[in-house]
Formats: sequence, structure tokens, C-alpha cells
Amino acid sequence: MSPELIIALLAATVQAGTPILYATLGEIISERAGVLNLGVEGIMALSSFAGFMACHLTGSAWLGLAVGGLAGALLAGLHGVVCQVFLGNQVVSGLALTIFGVGLCNFLGTPYIGQSTDGFHQFAVPLLADIPLLGAIFFRQDALVYLSYLAPVAVWFLLWRTSFGLGLRAAGEMPDAASAAGRNPQRLRFSGVLLGGLLCGLGGAYLSLAHTHLWTTGLSGGRGWVAVALVIFAFWRPGRAVAGAYLFGGVMAFQLRLQASGTNVPSSLLLMLPYVLTIVVLVFSAARARSARKNGPTARNSAAPAALGVNIEPVG
Amino acid sequence: MKKLLRSVGACALSLALGLTLVLTGCEKAAEKPAEKAAPAAEGPKTGELKVGFVYTSPVGDAGYSWAHDQGRMAIEALPDVKASIVEAVKEGADAERVIENMARSGYDLIFTTSFGFMDPTMKVAKDFPKVKFMHCSGFKAGENVSNYFGRIYQARYLTGMVAGSMTKSNIIGYVAAFPIPEVIRGINAFTLGARSVNPKAQVRVVWTKTWFDPALEKDAAISLLDVNADVIAQHQDSPGPQEAAQQRGKYSIGYNSDMAKFAPKAHLTSAVWNWAPLYEAIVKEVREGKWTGNRSIWWGMDKGIVDIAPFGPMVPKAVADKVLAKKAELVKGEDKIFVGPIKDQGGKIKIADGVKAEDKELLGMTWFVEGVVGSVQ
Repeated sequence: MSPELIIALLAATVQAGTPILYATLGEIISERAGVLNLGVEGIMALSSFAGFMACHLTGSAWLGLAVGGLAGALLAGLHGVVCQVFLGNQVVSGLALTIFGVGLCNFLGTPYIGQSTDGFHQFAVPLLADIPLLGAIFFRQDALVYLSYLAPVAVWFLLWRTSFGLGLRAAGEMPDAASAAGRNPQRLRFSGVLLGGLLCGLGGAYLSLAHTHLWTTGLSGGRGWVAVALVIFAFWRPGRAVAGAYLFGGVMAFQLRLQASGTNVPSSLLLMLPYVLTIVVLVFSAARARSARKNGPTARNSAAPAALGVNIEPVG
Repeated sequence: MKKLLRSVGACALSLALGLTLVLTGCEKAAEKPAEKAAPAAEGPKTGELKVGFVYTSPVGDAGYSWAHDQGRMAIEALPDVKASIVEAVKEGADAERVIENMARSGYDLIFTTSFGFMDPTMKVAKDFPKVKFMHCSGFKAGENVSNYFGRIYQARYLTGMVAGSMTKSNIIGYVAAFPIPEVIRGINAFTLGARSVNPKAQVRVVWTKTWFDPALEKDAAISLLDVNADVIAQHQDSPGPQEAAQQRGKYSIGYNSDMAKFAPKAHLTSAVWNWAPLYEAIVKEVREGKWTGNRSIWWGMDKGIVDIAPFGPMVPKAVADKVLAKKAELVKGEDKIFVGPIKDQGGKIKIADGVKAEDKELLGMTWFVEGVVGSVQ
């Protein structure tokens, strides 16, 4: 492969990884707050449509993004109500959310299939784009990719450097302790779910507004499920989510380029690569989680939040 | 106990909500009547012919089902014909239900337009011997079932000539759907066309294994542009590859319908369907009682059911004239596209000098001609 090809491959990696990165960060916030949300796929599907429609009707890409994020938060809010108010099983509610989100997106979106919108376009960042290598890879993208560079830092800051973040993590680790400290774990969890849904929604909106610029059903294409798996790979940490999302985006971009370069490897094998990677990643994470557990639950690398998936029972 | 009941209730509620919406979605897709009512629809007259169409994708505003729907509208304009559609029908069990429903509600003639509708069509046809079925792109037939398709490869050959003339890098990218004979035949005809005007041209193939996934198909086109392809052709319905070519300032070739509107600066031409002549002929046959089953209808450019879209302004007149001269031959019925000597990728002669490949061979084609770079798997 020539150097230009490798740069093109890496730039495509960043692009393919971006929607997954948003969704993975969203799911990290939700799970850190103790709520497992398996509805990411449905949230991304519905948000890709909501974002597209808003941009299509108003012509404003930023408004489209906002509506996409809002739709994600609303749908996640439904999950929040089922799990927090009615104490529904988080796994079942999340799966139902995916079926619901994808179904609703097909139902509402079918008449608009094939219509296009302007959305976000790539532009070079002055100065930064001229850095050799890195400029071409990272700074000739669209506004949502640039935003995604800030997102992991923002999520890290929120979770580990603010009082709200401390409370949020406490609600996911030990809701009773949060309660004893005078915080309301239910409210904290709810805000975690909404915030997580918002980020997943941005990932969905990215697909229609920045990637394809046109509407069709099925845009999410399984990316939501990949995000759920990547949260485990990332050990619930934003920094590792970046690595996971770009690794996955890289494999997707790589298999297409391998075909284009004229290899004789059967395409079915190449198309399997991203999913094989998901399985490999999960196996490795499970092994790592086991070794981390040996160091006790307080070890820095400990795996899932202790109260993940466990609903808070009302007292009395 | 109360808690348990509450949580079970919540689960059931959320599941039910999800399922209801999914089902509503299906029902809507299934029962949507044709948008344009028949002009002769003052009331069901005796002698009115009820024709049904089943599409696998939504009609939308371009693409495979849209092209079929143009044909449907042509027959609906005929006196005493009512032609309705059911769109977005999944291939498989759902299709059988939809087709059976149509047969049961008194349709005289039913067109099922996707490969995956073949077995459901055969099954329903057995139970409704008086209804006439036409299945598109398959190979099975029966007493009351015939199949039909068009020689779109003829149009692909012409678009290949355009691509071969316009490429400067001599690399043409082809975003391909599934490795089945229909798609492989198209790539081969396209490559033969390109190399007839430019023997140095090579066609690079990237499979997406999708019929409609704009994001993936656009990415596939970009990967081809990255390896220096300067013309992008495609087999799928989505305009994703067209958009990619335009963004990079390169050329593109569309499929199904004129894709110029998606990429006016890139679009050279498209291989397009024109189903109206076939659908009109079938309706006429049924009217005159001449329709029979057990047939395989495979029409070409001579009957006007495949064509190419108008050339973009960047195509020089000399190129256009050359392509139109070849088109005139095809319109006259002189199809010499798969006449030997034709070699495969390894340089082995597959079709001998002067021999014309038979239709049976074309319908089962699973090898690439010389000049294609990529794997058939």
C-alpha cells in the first residue's frame, strides 16, 4: 500500500468510527449510572430519521443534529421510565426499545426514502490541516467529527471531575451509599439515561446528516449493537472507547480497500471481519475482567459498575 | 409480590408497545393501495382487469421498484385496468402472505418483481390456478406462472463503452451487490464494453452484499476512488456511489433509473429499465386470452425494455456517437456482446472464437472476463 492509500484508509477509519464513538460514549454514561440500555440500535435508527427530517424541512444541519440528539434522549427516557418508575427488567425493556425504535423509524421514514439533504460537509481546519500526515487524517473532516474529538474529554471530565459525575457513578456502583450521602440515586440514574440517549442520538444523526446526506431506513446497520459491545471492550472508560471505535471503523474501512486493491480473498470473509473482531474483543475483555476481579472490587481496572442492571427498589 | 407484579407488568407493557408499532408498520406497508387511482375507477365494471404488483423495496423516487412502478402506471392508463401495488414486502414468509392475499381478493394477474419472491409465488400459484402470475428475475415456471426479465447487460455494455472512453487512469470502479449470475453478467458486459474502446481499461470490483445501504455503498465507492478509479459504476439502488464520485470530482454511471439528479456533475449515463412495453404486452395477452404459463421471457433493447439514460454534458460527441451507433445495432436485435473469443481472468478462453454464448450460459454465469480485478466470491 502506498502512503497516500494508508492516509486515505486512516481518514476513512476516523469517519467510520465517529458514529460508533458517539454511541459508545452515550452507553458508557448510561451504564456508569447503573442502567443497561440495549436500545442503542433503536435510538440510532430513530435519531438518524429525526435528524434528517429536521434538516430536510428547515435546511439547518445544526437544528437537525439537535433534533436527532433530542429524539435519542426522548427514546432513552422511555427506557428510563420503564426501568426507574415501573422497575421493569432493563434487558427486556432495552430490547423492546430497539424493536420499537427501528419499527417506528421504518413506519415514519418509508415515504421519504431516497430524498437527500444538505447536512454537514468536510472542510479543512486552517493551520491544523497542514500538519503532515495528521492533518490529512484528522483535520479534513466534517464538523461532527471535530466535535467527536472533544466528546471523550467532556465525558471523562463530567464523570470524574464533577460532583454530578461522582453522584452518577455512585448511583451505578452503590445506590444506597449515594442515597445515604443525600443524593437522589433515581434522579441521577434518570439523568444518566437521558444524557446517554442524547449522545447515541448524535451518533444516529451523524449517519444521515454527515455520512450519506440522504435518507433510507436501516442506516444504523447494526452499529448500535457494536457500541454496546465496545462499552465492555472499553472497560466503561471514555479513552478506551476512542480506541475501540477507531479499531472497529478501521476494520470496516480496511476490508473495502482490500477488495478495491484487487485481492483474491473471498469478499464474504472480508465482510465478516468487523464481526469477528467484535467476538474477539469480547473474549479478551472477559479475560481481562476476570484478572481485574482478582485484585478486588476497588481495583482501578475493575469491570462493570457494581449495580449495573439492578433496579433501585423503593424503600419500605 | 407487588414489586414482582409491577416489574412483570412493565416488561409486558414495553414489549407490547414495541410489537404493536412494528406490526402497524407492516400493515401499513401491506395494505397501501396505489396512490394514483385508475381513471376508469367509477366503479368495478365487469371486464375490468385487476392487476397486482408486489415490490420488495419502497417505490421512492428512483431505483428498481420505482422503475417497475413506471411500467405499472403505463398499464393503469389503459382502459379498464386497475393496477395496485404492495411495496416494501420482505422476501420470505411475509411475501407469501401478501401474494396470497392478493390472489384471494380477486386479482387476475399478479407481478412479483424480486428474485426472493420466486418460491412464495410458486406456492401461492398452486392454490389459485385461475390467477395468472408473472415472476421477475427468477427461473421457475408452472401452469399459471411465467417468469420474465430484461437483458440489462446490453445497456451495461453501452455504459461500459462510455466509462472506457472517459477514464484517464484506466481504472474503473464497480460497486457490486451480490455475487449472483445477474450481477456477474452485468460486470462482464460492462467490462467488455469498456475494453472494446479502451483495451487498457481494468474494472475493479468491490462487493457490499447489499441491495440498498447508502452508507456502505458510498464507502465502497470511496475505497475504489482511493485506488485511483476515476469512473464509478454500481449495481445497487442507492445513490451513495454517485455522491462519492461527485465529491471527489470524478465520474459515475448509474443503474435502474436516470441518476443524474443525484450527481449532475459526475453522472455520465445510467443503465435503465423501461418495463412499460412488456407490461402492456402481457396485459394485451391476458385480454385476448393468449397468455400462457411455463414461459421465460427475456427481452432486450430491440423491444425497448432496457436503455441508457441521456449522456451528461461532459461526454464528448465523438464518444456519444460511437455508443449510439452500437446501440442502434442492439435495437435492431444484433446482440454480439457475448460472442467469442472471450477469456476469463486467468486468460483461458471460455467462449470460443465466433461462438455466441447461449442464454443458458449467460443465466448461469459465475466467472469474470479478462480485465476484471476482483474475486467472484
